[in-house]
Amino acid sequence: MPTIVVDVMPKAELLDPAGKAVAGAIARGGSTTFSGVRIGKRFELTVDGEVTDAVLAEVRQLADTMLSNSVIEDVVGVRVLEADGSAR
Amino acid sequence: MRIGVVTFPGSLDDRDAQRAVRLAGAEPVALWHGTHDLQGVDAIVLPGGFSYGDYLRCGAIAARSPIMAEVIDAANAGMPVLGICNGFQILVEAHLLPGGLIRNDHGDFICRDQVLRVENASTAWTNGFQEGQEITVPLKNGEGGFIASEEELKRLEGEGLVVFRYVGVNPNGSLNDIAGLTNARGNVVGLMPHPEHASEPGFGPDTPAAMRSGVDGLTFFTSVLTHQLARA
Repeated sequence: MPTIVVDVMPKAELLDPAGKAVAGAIARGGSTTFSGVRIGKRFELTVDGEVTDAVLAEVRQLADTMLSNSVIEDVVGVRVLEADGSAR
Repeated sequence: MRIGVVTFPGSLDDRDAQRAVRLAGAEPVALWHGTHDLQGVDAIVLPGGFSYGDYLRCGAIAARSPIMAEVIDAANAGMPVLGICNGFQILVEAHLLPGGLIRNDHGDFICRDQVLRVENASTAWTNGFQEGQEITVPLKNGEGGFIASEEELKRLEGEGLVVFRYVGVNPNGSLNDIAGLTNARGNVVGLMPHPEHASEPGFGPDTPAAMRSGVDGLTFFTSVLTHQLARA
């Protein structure tokens, strides 16, 4: 059963307090490797049949209108995961 | 006057809003998110809480619930609609008000008696205030940071659509200290603070006169009565 993955991130120019809190926790743990953390969302939409262009168009539409709010977030990726785990 | 209060799964302050409506002299009507029935009400309150557990984004799923189709149509036809806290988030997600609300810039949930300045006293829900008047109502939220694009902010300020601004302290990082907004017609108002929690002596914010005696929030609900009478 193919899965379509939609990635949504808070807009780059916006403060991400949740990511900042994680970055702070990493630093308190003793690591100095990372200068920042941002937290986004990953949606996995499963499809019973084949992923046609129409299905992909519907996903993109949903991603822009419901899965993300364009005032505060960007859709940064829409991709298909095949049953064997490979992406296309 | 009959004022509907919509209950969504996860609404918390629907009963408090109904109580404030009654204290103002109107009849509260409980509305249910899963129906398409506004029961002939004259105005609508979207109450505070955590509808759908804030899943997806605050207010995002509630904004797509069945009754919102009727709420959006009624708002566009001029019916007074007030969104409080999560209700404000729902109005923004339903595109009845512009901008977005994100996590407080300091990352913490905040609960305090908040001073606000009334910037627009000509809306359906604020006509009982004076422009420039400072009022105190409780504020309690984790995601109350108002943001909008630079052009949108300019438009909101230029057209006088900012209804309330935080005074003294900006509790959540809201741009331009914006606490509440209205639409061009002035019938839709949304704000993060909770006027329904400042509507009955003994249960409101402290004032210099006495503990918990603040009832500044009641004016929201008496304002909409005045608005309705003026229309009749």
